[in-house]
Parts: sequence; structure tokens; C-alpha cells
Amino acid sequence: MPDTVLFAAEVTLNGLMAGVLYSLVALGFVLIFKASGIFNYAQGVMALFAALTLVGIMEGQVPFSHLINAIFGTNIHHFGWHVPAVLAIVLTVGLMVVFAWGVNHFLMRHLVNQEPIILFMATIGLAFFLEGVGDLMWGSDIKTLDIGLPQGINETIDRVTFDAFGYGLFIDNLDIVATIIAVILVVALVLFSQYTKQGRALRAVADDHQAALSVGISLNYIWVLVWSIAGFVALVAGIMWGAKSGVQFSLSLIALKALPVLMLGGFTSIPGAIIGGLIIGVGEKLFEFFIGPLVGGATENWFAYVLALLFLVFRPQGLFGEKIIERV
Amino acid sequence: MNAMAGNYTTEDGRKIGGVMMEMRNITLRFGGVEAIKDISFDILEGEIRAIIGPNGAGKSSMLNVISGFYHPQEGEVWFHGAKRPSMKPYQVAQQGIARTFQNIALFDGMSVLDNIMTGRLTHMKTGLLSQALWRGAAEREEVANREFVEKIIDFLEIQHIRKTPVGRLPYGLKKRVELARALAAEPKLLLLDEPMAGMNVEEKEDMSRYILDTNDEFGTTIALIEHDMGVVMDLSDRVVVMDYGRKIGDGTPDDVRNNQDVIDAYLGVSHD
Repeated sequence: MPDTVLFAAEVTLNGLMAGVLYSLVALGFVLIFKASGIFNYAQGVMALFAALTLVGIMEGQVPFSHLINAIFGTNIHHFGWHVPAVLAIVLTVGLMVVFAWGVNHFLMRHLVNQEPIILFMATIGLAFFLEGVGDLMWGSDIKTLDIGLPQGINETIDRVTFDAFGYGLFIDNLDIVATIIAVILVVALVLFSQYTKQGRALRAVADDHQAALSVGISLNYIWVLVWSIAGFVALVAGIMWGAKSGVQFSLSLIALKALPVLMLGGFTSIPGAIIGGLIIGVGEKLFEFFIGPLVGGATENWFAYVLALLFLVFRPQGLFGEKIIERV
Repeated sequence: MNAMAGNYTTEDGRKIGGVMMEMRNITLRFGGVEAIKDISFDILEGEIRAIIGPNGAGKSSMLNVISGFYHPQEGEVWFHGAKRPSMKPYQVAQQGIARTFQNIALFDGMSVLDNIMTGRLTHMKTGLLSQALWRGAAEREEVANREFVEKIIDFLEIQHIRKTPVGRLPYGLKKRVELARALAAEPKLLLLDEPMAGMNVEEKEDMSRYILDTNDEFGTTIALIEHDMGVVMDLSDRVVVMDYGRKIGDGTPDDVRNNQDVIDAYLGVSHD
């Protein structure tokens, strides 16, 4: 088999794996957008915050230690214990639920029936607030996140493909884990929304607020639930990105990559978010591989946005979004 | 037979009980506009109570006060002999008051079956965890509720559209699905906001039959708003007439039909 084909195959596979991570972030956006019509700009920062909290809890960091030290002249930074990863994840999920409640209680509840642009602005504010709190709580240094996920080249795939084609494909174990977890997460979410009463209530709220109220659904409860789920998805995304490239504040910028993913997949479609993410992931890797050398490289920075722009022109509702039909 | 006092049996043999809901001196304002002015009336257990009046009389506002969508500035709402505190619409629904809307509020993206199942939400008690695991109680509960919903579907004869997304249905069927969703809640009190608006004669006859059967078979108390006089007079036990936010008549269809104020409101008064 010619080398180019093998390279392309490797690039495609790696693109798929990267795409899974984009999909995870995009998924958080879709969940909130579907249920409340809010484009949650803070989704990326939520992933960062969740990852920071997870590391902080695991390492036994004292929250707000810089602030405490500055005020009281103390010099504390760690409790001196280490929390097992599983327990730390449970605690972080708990904190994300409290955060979801807080967002609804102090922010969204007061903005019911406002214009979408106002809600959007509120989430931008939320993003800055959360980034600041994250910094204050856990410090701004880059942290390594190690919850025991396998990392590095998958030897089996490398060996098998080397025996078969004379060229070993490089696939990172972490990417494989991320893919498996993403698949489980999506299946679980779909089952939850299709077959449980809370899922049904969630879809009802997404469809019509007034009708949902009339059958006895508390909007506040559903919104807290949705933000909690989005927080959980953010945590999963945060763990994956954090394990890959360290927990750092540029993590919040991955939210921007989710934007072209959403334009491709449609803002209201869970399968759309997944497939959009995969297309962007594969597309930008292949484009870099084939076209990159011709134009001097670094195409990964802009390819996704150009693709999204083309979609906006020719298919504004995305691949799976609901087509907007105006009846006259 | 004294209809006003309650506790009697109608000519067709339905039992009417005591007062279920009582509106006391309700006044509702939107800014400077008084949509409802000092109105009192009651709804008896088991009866069909109509609210009629010309356009803009405040009928829908009254229904929205009962279902908790609007909160009156003055007056009290009494339900089952107790004063009701200010409640959100979903709390009212949980108390056993279901409703339909004038402009149909269904979940367009969901199937007919799912739409009607949302009506059962107030009867589903299992928590989030149990639901997420989908074992034991949650599963039994879903099956039991599904059986009840099938009964409603049979009752309203919509078996053939069970799996159809509601958005694709014609208007008349949407109205019927909305009624089905309200009935699925097994309401004590059912509020219908113009259940026959925009229907042809045949559809109106069907809907009338369903309303009467609901009242007869399930003993559901019904309060409805309707424009079609013939329908109202045939269906209801007692009628409240509103005009410009005021109550101008209250009584049996015959009383109301002969009430001079009501005739004036509907036909206009000559000024000679």
C-alpha cells in the first residue's frame, strides 16, 4: 500500500479522535440551547473550571489560598492529602450541580422572557466571572491532570498495522478512551431524554414553555437539571482536554472551536454536534496534510471557521438543524 | 331544583356536588387596563360551567387566573374549601387542574404518545436516580402510566396517530391531542379555552361529545370558554357571562338566555 494512503488513514483516525473532543464541548452547548434557547458562551470556561476543580480536589489544594494568604498573611497552599480520582470526580460533579443551581437562581431566573441576545450577553459575563473565580480559587499555573487514564501510543494497533502494511499507525490510547467515553455519554444522554420522565419533561420544556407549565413541569427544576448535565459534560470534556494538554486557561478557548462544529451540525441536534465535531476534526487534519504544505501550513487555525462560513452561506440551519419554514 | 346551591342531580342523572372552586371578588389589571373587575362565581363539583362573553370580555384572563398564569391584584381563589395562596402554573397543575389553550400549546417535536405522556408527569413520583437507572419502580411506573394513556387514546379515538409527530397533524386533531394530554392528568378540574374554535360543524359535534363523555364517565368538573352559543347552551349546566371585564349574568342556560343585560351585550342596545 502506498505510503500516502497510510499516512492519510493515520491522519484521518487522529482527526476522528480530535473531533470527538470537539463534539464533547459542542454537546454541552446543544443541551442548553435546546432546553432554554440560550447560547451558553461559558460552556468552554465551565470545562476549564471543572477540570481545575478536579485537579484542585485531587491534589488537596486549599481553595482561594492566594486570597487567604494575601489577607491574613498566612502561607497555606495545600491540605497535605490526596483524594482518589473517583471521589474527586464525584465531588466535582456535586460542585457543578451547585454551580448549575447558582446560575439559575442568581442569573437565568431573572432573565426569563428576555431577548436571546441578552441571555447570550449574560453567559459572556458568566464566562468572565467563572474564569476569574477559577483563577482565584485554584491559581493560574498550568496543572497536570492524571486520573489514571492510559496515555501514549497504542502498541497493539501499532504492531498489528505494522505487520499488515509495513507501517505502524500511531493512535494515542487517551484518544481511544475519549472516544469510548464520548460514545457512552451520548448513548446515555439519548436514552435519558427519550425514556425517562425527566427526559420527557426536558424535551417538553425545550418545545413549549407555556404548555410545559400547564402539565405541571417546574421550569426552574428543568433548567437546574439541564445546567447540571451541561456541567457534567463540561467536566468530561475538561478531563479529556486536561489529560491531553494539561489544565490551563487556554482550555476555555476550545469553546471557540465548538462554534464551527455547531454551525455544521446545527444548534439543536445532538447527533449533529457529534458528526459536526468529527467532520471538523478529520477535515482540518486532512486539509493540513494535503493542502497545508502548498499554502505554508498552519491551516488548522482557520480551516474550521472557513468551513463554517461556507455552511452559513449555503445551509444556515446546519446538517441536522431544524429547517426554518416561515408560513405566510 | 336549586342549581345555585349545589348537591343535586341533573335531568340526565349526573350528580352535582358542593362548591369545588370559588372566585371571590377577582380584579385583574394590566397597567391601567382592568381586564377583570370584581368578579365572583363558583364552580360546583361535577358540573360543566361555561364562561361566555363578547371578544375582549376577559374570559381567557379569568381562565389564566384559575390556572395560575395570571395573578389577580385583588380577590381570592378558593379551592376545595381552602384559600389558595399565590401559585405558579405548574403548582396549580400539580393540584389537579389541567387546561388547554386557545391557540393550542402542544410539544410539536414530540409524538402524540409522548405529548399525552407528559400529562402523566404529575402522577409519576420516582426520583431522578431511579429514573436514570430505569429499574424496578421507574419501569413499573412507566408501564402503568402508559396503560392509562392508552385508555385516553382509545377514549378520544386517536389510535391511528399515536406515533405521529404532533407538528404534522391537522388543526382539529391537534385540539383533540391537547384535550387528551389534559385528560391524562386525571384532573379534578378541567379548563378548556375555546375547545371548538375554528372547527367545522362535524368536528364541533365530536368535541362536544368528548366533553360530555369526559364529564359523564370520569366525573371531571369542567370549566370552558366558548363562542358558539348553541354549543354552550347544550353543554353547560351553568353559565357565567362577562362583558368588558364585568359579570353581567350567571345562571342556567335558560336564565342567561332571557337576561336582558346579556341580550344587550350580544346584540347591542338601540339608543332611541
